[in-house]
Amino acid sequence: MTVAGILMVAAGGFFGAIARYSLSKSLNARGTALPLGTLLVNLLGALLLGFITGIHAPRYAALLFGTGFMGAFTTFSTLKLEMIGLHLKKFKKEFILYTSITYGGGILLAYLGYLAGDLIR
Amino acid sequence: MVYFLVGIGGIAGALLRYMAGVFFFRHSLFPFSTLIINLLGSFLLAYLTTGLFKRLSISQELKTAIGTGFVGSFTTFSTLSVETVNLFRNGHWLLALVYIAASIFLGVLASRLGHKTVEGAPS
Repeated sequence: MTVAGILMVAAGGFFGAIARYSLSKSLNARGTALPLGTLLVNLLGALLLGFITGIHAPRYAALLFGTGFMGAFTTFSTLKLEMIGLHLKKFKKEFILYTSITYGGGILLAYLGYLAGDLIR
Repeated sequence: MVYFLVGIGGIAGALLRYMAGVFFFRHSLFPFSTLIINLLGSFLLAYLTTGLFKRLSISQELKTAIGTGFVGSFTTFSTLSVETVNLFRNGHWLLALVYIAASIFLGVLASRLGHKTVEGAPS
């Protein structure tokens, strides 16, 4: 852990959190049962972190774009809060749909991103 | 202004997550660090948004900075996805499935406990 590394993670975290906040603020309020904003940031972030991992980005680039930005851009706590919300409202179908799209899509996209990164490195 | 505060929360959350990963379970095959961070954050966010924030007289902007900025950035979904892919790629199918199941079910449980804590607390 170096000072430069800490600065990279901090800078990435700053912009990642703001980007997630802006996107989810405009998309989650669309009136659909599924929180589309959170879904979009999580799927997009999984794809891009997969790519960063696959391309074997240099250490500081990985800390800035990966650990910092993508780590903060995507979120787990909000996802769980939204899942609990669907569960408590007895939206069983939406609960299962949201869980499967997030996890199935996220892992698949992370893998595709990894393959793409690995291919062009 | 709220964007800037969310960003400051994001810095704190990302740094805490980074340092936890550097200091704990570094050589563990199973991604304990991310899992524990995600579970702690899920509990905390539920506890804050359904309980503590309703009783505290702080501005909405500060609540967003702490909840969305700090806790949202402390927890992560992209790392979870890539760690799962890595477990699959290295042939640890069982660990990958355990990791997914633990994230889904323990995560929901942690979030629910955050609600429960509030419901059970004397007001």
